[in-house]
Amino acid sequence: MASYSTNEFKAGLKVMLDGDPCAIIENEFVKPGKGQAFNRVKIRNLKTGRVIERTFKSGESLEGADVVDVEMQYLYNDGEYRHFMVPDTFEQYQADDKAVGEAKNWLKDQDLCTVTLWNDVPLSVTPANFVELAITETDPGVRGDTSGGGGKPATLETGAVVRVPLFVQIGEVVKVDTRTGEYVSRVKD
Amino acid sequence: MLSDWRPTCSVEHLRLRAQVLADIRKFFAERSVLEVETPLLSHGIGTDPQLEFFTTEYCLAPRKQTLFLQTSPEFAMKRLLAAGSGSIYQIAKAFRNGESGRFHNPEFTLLEWYHVGFKLPDLMDECADLIAVLFSHRRPLMETQSFSYQEIFQRCTGLDPLEFSYRQYCAYALDNQLPEALDICGHDHAVWLDFIFSHKVQPYLGQNALCMVYGYPVCQSSLARINAHNPLITDRVELFIDGVELGNGYFELADAKEQSERFDKEMDIRRQRNLSVSVKDERLVAALQAGLPECSGMAIGLDRLLMLLSDSASIDDVLGFPIDRA
Repeated sequence: MASYSTNEFKAGLKVMLDGDPCAIIENEFVKPGKGQAFNRVKIRNLKTGRVIERTFKSGESLEGADVVDVEMQYLYNDGEYRHFMVPDTFEQYQADDKAVGEAKNWLKDQDLCTVTLWNDVPLSVTPANFVELAITETDPGVRGDTSGGGGKPATLETGAVVRVPLFVQIGEVVKVDTRTGEYVSRVKD
Repeated sequence: MLSDWRPTCSVEHLRLRAQVLADIRKFFAERSVLEVETPLLSHGIGTDPQLEFFTTEYCLAPRKQTLFLQTSPEFAMKRLLAAGSGSIYQIAKAFRNGESGRFHNPEFTLLEWYHVGFKLPDLMDECADLIAVLFSHRRPLMETQSFSYQEIFQRCTGLDPLEFSYRQYCAYALDNQLPEALDICGHDHAVWLDFIFSHKVQPYLGQNALCMVYGYPVCQSSLARINAHNPLITDRVELFIDGVELGNGYFELADAKEQSERFDKEMDIRRQRNLSVSVKDERLVAALQAGLPECSGMAIGLDRLLMLLSDSASIDDVLGFPIDRA
């Protein structure tokens, strides 16, 4: 893998830091007029998701990380691993709970999502921004209430719980924003 | 179609630059400081190991000569001073290789001036006056502050910048989640000061005000005189507004022998670090031998000044064509 100098640290660049794959978020060149030049870098650890700040001497370099985002189809859960497939090549990958993380709330069979691979092994899974999921459990709402005020909890087919308006019933399909975990609308057949 | 033919700054900021230049010229005209021009291309170049320069080739067949793009107009202006120019100022382009970022463009504009007969406190007063004139009707600032380097460093960090204690500096870095400082700074006092000052002191200097820091440690002296009363500090001042380094000034070193020795020492360091070879400006040394009048000088980054006046986040917002579009 190529190595990158501090001058090449752009947002999105994937590098290895302390043995973990990381993504550069921000890179600020700091140089006193008469002094040593530094780069203050904001960096996200792609394994833990944690964001840290680290200073480098300008001109230092880091090894690149073999990290790629690939669009895949979610296939099934075998209890230990979730399985994904690249639609074009039929190549399959399995990801453990740690890699899947919060995405488990939004993954439905056949849905497309983004799998981040590090050295060809799933590192994390990002669901589509909007998913459509059926409601499996919710209190019966008051008929005729369309105000949407208040709302009630509803369990989705994936097990995730979201707040929905009172008029939404069991069996209905709703659209959810996976970035906020919020209900967007009902999906009419 | 390409869109990068366009300037990165607004027309409004072009106007601001023109108005600020006019204000500066008026300020110095009223004080009888003479505007001068000096070459951008020169045979000699600064030896500062922290500054990288651009090198170019002058072809006058059959001869070929190496010339440098100046990193500041300082040397040529000092030759004018030694020749009897009296107080002078210049608004000039300066070039520093490898410097690019939110506050840096490798080609930038400096306002540099030398006031004959001024010691450091006089220069600081003049800086405060100039900043007040430029900011008063555009962005009024709070009262000007001034601190000695030791005082502000100690207040922000609890460390003494004049006495290097490796153990204490390391402990401070570890306590402040900056463990990388140990690798970067090693046992080099000057690098430690740069590191800690730029992370833990500078960001807090001059919130909506001009803050002047004077009396830099001797290891950060460059072309300043050693203080007459305290050999641990130099008569150097830096200007900050909103945590941004805006300018650097000295009670100028006039001793030709000491200047020449400092150049030699810095050229040694450049060789040790495998940096590009600089050529000592013998004409400056000769000018100092002829006699530089007692004076103080200041250089202000004009583009950063415009950033502060216009509340811009990046130097690109005040430059027509930063390096990527040049």
